[in-house]
Amino acid sequence: MNRYEKIERSAKTRKRILDIVVYTFLTLWGIMVLFPFYWMILTSVKSYGSYNAERIPAFFTLSPTLQNYMDAFTTVPLARYFVNTLIFTLATTAIMLIVIIPAAFAFARLEFRGKNLVFTLFLSLMMIPSELVVITNFTTITNWNMRNTFEGLILPSVVSVFYIYLLKENFAQIPNELYYAAKVDGTSDLKYLAKVMLPICRPTIITITILKVIECWNSYVWPRLITDNKDYFLVSNGIQEIRENGFGRENIPAMMAAVVVISVPLVVLFLIFRKKIMEGVARGGTKG
Amino acid sequence: MENNNRKGWLYLLPAMLFLGVFMVYPLVDVLIYSFEEGYNFASQTYTGVGLYNYSYVLHDPYFLQAVQNTFILVIITVPLSTGIALLISVGLSSIKPLRHLYQTVYFLPYVTNTLAVGLVFMILFKKTAYMDGLVNLILNFFGSASIDFIDGPYWAKMFVLCFYTIWVVMPFKILILTSALASVKEDYYSAARVDGTPKWRIFTKITLPMISPMLFYLIITGFIGAFKAYSDAVALFGTNLNAAEMNTIVGYVYDMLYGDSGGFPSYASAAAIILFAIVLTITCINLLVSKKHVHY
Amino acid sequence: MKVVLQDLTKKFPNRNKKDRTEVTAVNNFSFEIPDGKLIGLLGPSGCGKSTTLNLICGLQKPTSGKIFFGEDDVTDLPPENRGVGLVFQNYALYPHLTVKQNITFPLENLRGKEKMTKKEMADKALEIARLVQIDTLMDRKPSELSGGQQQRVAIARALVKMPRVLLLDEPLSNLDARLRLQTREEIKRIQRETKITTVFVTHDQDEAMSISDMIVVMKDGILQQIGKPQDVYDDPVNLFVAKFLGTPPISVFHGSVKNGQLYIGDTAVLDVPGVGDREVFAGIRPEGFVLDENGSLSCVLNGVEVMGRDISIISTHKQSLNTTIRSIISAENKVNTASENVRFSLKPSKVYIFDKATEERIRFPL
Repeated sequence: MNRYEKIERSAKTRKRILDIVVYTFLTLWGIMVLFPFYWMILTSVKSYGSYNAERIPAFFTLSPTLQNYMDAFTTVPLARYFVNTLIFTLATTAIMLIVIIPAAFAFARLEFRGKNLVFTLFLSLMMIPSELVVITNFTTITNWNMRNTFEGLILPSVVSVFYIYLLKENFAQIPNELYYAAKVDGTSDLKYLAKVMLPICRPTIITITILKVIECWNSYVWPRLITDNKDYFLVSNGIQEIRENGFGRENIPAMMAAVVVISVPLVVLFLIFRKKIMEGVARGGTKG
Repeated sequence: MENNNRKGWLYLLPAMLFLGVFMVYPLVDVLIYSFEEGYNFASQTYTGVGLYNYSYVLHDPYFLQAVQNTFILVIITVPLSTGIALLISVGLSSIKPLRHLYQTVYFLPYVTNTLAVGLVFMILFKKTAYMDGLVNLILNFFGSASIDFIDGPYWAKMFVLCFYTIWVVMPFKILILTSALASVKEDYYSAARVDGTPKWRIFTKITLPMISPMLFYLIITGFIGAFKAYSDAVALFGTNLNAAEMNTIVGYVYDMLYGDSGGFPSYASAAAIILFAIVLTITCINLLVSKKHVHY
Repeated sequence: MKVVLQDLTKKFPNRNKKDRTEVTAVNNFSFEIPDGKLIGLLGPSGCGKSTTLNLICGLQKPTSGKIFFGEDDVTDLPPENRGVGLVFQNYALYPHLTVKQNITFPLENLRGKEKMTKKEMADKALEIARLVQIDTLMDRKPSELSGGQQQRVAIARALVKMPRVLLLDEPLSNLDARLRLQTREEIKRIQRETKITTVFVTHDQDEAMSISDMIVVMKDGILQQIGKPQDVYDDPVNLFVAKFLGTPPISVFHGSVKNGQLYIGDTAVLDVPGVGDREVFAGIRPEGFVLDENGSLSCVLNGVEVMGRDISIISTHKQSLNTTIRSIISAENKVNTASENVRFSLKPSKVYIFDKATEERIRFPL
């Protein structure tokens, strides 16, 4: 009896110690993740004067101001960058969906000569890093006189082989019987795609859309290459521009305000679609 | 059948057009570029064909610096981030209360703009004439002198770069590993517990082998991702990475292509192909190693 | 090792978080498993039998009540200190380890004076593997084994450390019908040879009846009846137990007792002396029907199935709760398949009556 009680008690103590260690460790990393966000919001509400007067960074401020946000929108064309990114993101994502859905449908549903060969070729394209093709695309877009245009920004960013693959796999899971039933009822392929396949695969399509939106919102390299006119800058380039030429003077609080503004949309999107996004990324997203 | 043939290709047409113009053609083209010597961007002419571009790039001190930086970054960040992510994921899956909150918080960096948050890191680490920055404040607290992490010594800059890179790649790794851990059936743990298996042994003998495919997937994608590092460095040190001694191979490619030192697509192509060769080699080695150690 | 469960109760919080009520998986459970016996824990799915098993092995802790192994109170003891062996429904064999490594896995956990050398472990594993007849498969991975072989490996792994109690959770449900028959014989044999007290969970009454020394019938977390399989079959305490055991199933009729006679519809079918007048359910085992031209129970004949030794008469009756009534009679009887009706008299020992409200058995002298 006594022996058992001892075993029990030591097991409990060990569990408690382990719990404390685990929670401490997890909380530490949590702070590590959240702190930059805290600092960016904190700095963005410090006034320019008080920030520059600090010799030792202050962990809070007693007189928060929104002046920096005004500066961020008035001194630099932040709203412009914002709208540009929005247009770029929406257009790219929309065109991508229009292009990849029929392709995925063809691979999953239609039988035609050469399908397997083409599909293998598509798959092998997945391994090609974008860095390799950016050079020629840069030349192509320059030759087409599309520098500093939305077409130039959008067109090369549209297609993702990986998403075609993801969608095709999802389409292929829909039982053949549904297709034959629809055929017997005289449904056209296009109608079947729109009325049956897309609704069934909605979760995947939402996932793809969200992943693409994140990718677009954060894209930096291609826009940097293809735009040098501020009127076509996306937020990433805008931030870089602000950092280098900024507000005419080193205005870190205003810079942080800009950072907050461009971070908010995705964070909000994430908080709304938390589950979908995390599932989607776990199923096949990578960063970059 | 004939009709279906045409229809199939029709559905594929848009995707094939896009891929053809912006992926397949560039792939061939970049190879050609890399062998065309003395290419002139304005007149689009070249003087000869050969390996000169490769030789130039391989002898360019900036490129060598970039290769060195990239390799250091890869060697430090891939094992470290994977290891820490594994620890965090194991911790996460061993707790019940607050787990969702932690998971949500840990995922945040994934949805933030690398460039934007990089600025915050820069401010945290930067030492200016007036203010030493927060990190230095902590260093001072522990009795160390202030260091300028952004414009200071090489190792300090490398430290920040690695730190930020790890911060950025962590969400993905934690997510993948926690879902891998969750997919290990509870029965295996129950079976092991009933047999009185110590925690550590459960971890090494059951958990690790079971998640080894995902772990290797992460290591491989981690290597590939780290070799392509670029925007993290830009976020911290600005676009003139060569001057900051913090350029990466991808950064070198873009600098060659465009910007103040740009206009040399041939050199850029050669550098890009060298990068591709390196990544391919490392990935193959990874795959060979994983074949030996992954149990499925 | 005798196992005693004393007033065992296990409650779970409701899955629907808004609903604060608790779900009681096991309700005030008490019984004693005698040393060295094979006990079948039987009930429909969701009745709490797996929870009971988890309580015994310690993977879950009871909300209240106690568990004893022999004289030891193990209620709060973690599973690793209880000395139990557990076989999972899907076997839970480690896919990355060979059969041999799977079997020796529990042995490698032993510490202190129980610690074994590599050689001892290998010998022990081989000994157990011989017992369950998988000694020729030692170097294979689980994925290279058939379902039946995996099952044996799982049993070997549970047995190798000589547990005080062996627990089997639906061990046969993943096997096909033929293998199931074979394996249940096998389990019975292994249990006899090792004499380890064994608890076996199943929802299949055939399985439980055929191999258990005793069966425990559960419903909704509540123990219904314990006893030797034949005793429980012959003498069910309530309608649930009567319906749950036996193939073909018992036929149940709406009936009533008037003046010491059981009525189905308007006809008296059996004398039930000493039972007060009331509404009842009358259950008749398939073998309780006797073909009798003057029998009092008249049913509409649907068909006859000849099964060699026996014939099975399928009929219907207005008062029957079952859609068809199956009765088994000796093949020596001849049935006129052309006639519309068939008449039976009843064997009193195979007729059970249950109170309509409580569904409890009402006994009457035979």
